[in-house]
Amino acid sequence: MTAGTGSFAHALLHPNVTLPEGLTDGNGQPAGRRLNVLRNNVASSLGEALRNGFPVVTKLLGTENMKAIAALYLRAYPPRSPVLSAYGTDLPEFLAGLSQLSHLGYLPDIARLELALRASYHAADAPALDPSRLTDLSPQDLTESTLSFAPSLRLVRSRWPVHAIWLRNTQHDAPKPVAEPQDVLITRREFDPVPHLLPRGGADWIAAISKGQSLGDALDVAQTTAPDFDPASTLAILLRDNALTSLTLKDQRL
Amino acid sequence: MSNTAKTLAVASAVAAALAAQGTTATAQSKEKCYGVSLAGQNDCAAGPGTTCAGTSTVDYQGNAWTLVDTGTCSEIDLPDMADGTEREGSLEPLQRDLPA
Repeated sequence: MTAGTGSFAHALLHPNVTLPEGLTDGNGQPAGRRLNVLRNNVASSLGEALRNGFPVVTKLLGTENMKAIAALYLRAYPPRSPVLSAYGTDLPEFLAGLSQLSHLGYLPDIARLELALRASYHAADAPALDPSRLTDLSPQDLTESTLSFAPSLRLVRSRWPVHAIWLRNTQHDAPKPVAEPQDVLITRREFDPVPHLLPRGGADWIAAISKGQSLGDALDVAQTTAPDFDPASTLAILLRDNALTSLTLKDQRL
Repeated sequence: MSNTAKTLAVASAVAAALAAQGTTATAQSKEKCYGVSLAGQNDCAAGPGTTCAGTSTVDYQGNAWTLVDTGTCSEIDLPDMADGTEREGSLEPLQRDLPA
């Protein structure tokens, strides 16, 4: 069935489409019931992958609603890769486009956070920077140094309290979220990614460093928006969670 | 910020961050014997697959679902929308993928 791949894939995702021509069972009969079995398996496994990949979105919406949304999503965005663990990357935009969900403005950002956690989980390992590299340097050298991050590091910025909402729905005694913008840093010390709430200015600082700006320049960038920003607590997270991989001195850069 | 002040700020932040490691860096090392993917769990979906009533068009129906508030959906303190109206759920049926 060389001509059939496209139409077969279409028929697979669209139950109302008639059976592709030539699709027959062992007796030469049209294999409609067999196709339906396959249709059901495909839709059901993709829907399940979405529910597993977005547990907090699923909890916020309720499982039945998530199933209904998954049924729409998997037809609008069928997998582009055979890797099921990578499925669902367009869900934030899809959720943002559903007018029925417009009262849950934070939902797309929660989906982004969950995607980032998943990406962090699957990211490559990297040997961590030895913290003594930092202690050996003069203040001047430190200020002019650049840092690189582990592949598992992710940054999610939001005008919604995404960290608090995530916490509220994953931990027993987390407080009720209040309306405020929150930026989240995801690190993976060993196997499991952890989302950390960043102080104001922290996301700008991380973003500047990941663009290759020196520690001093990154501090300037962060303090432009948050004059009180102190990188100590954010840097402590990065060190503790093995999120730094290398340090480069100014005269080692081109 | 002057260069001296900046250098000092960076150096003291690094010192503070390093000092914090002294108390937390001894966190126990963990080992796991599994590493399955979060979204994959790519076993054959025996349950749904074996019942196989076929993919009914209900799977599809944009107007077939209602939003049940669970989790923090209804609890979160939300700012008003741009036009000043309160954010709350007014659910309308999807106008797409209706059964023929």
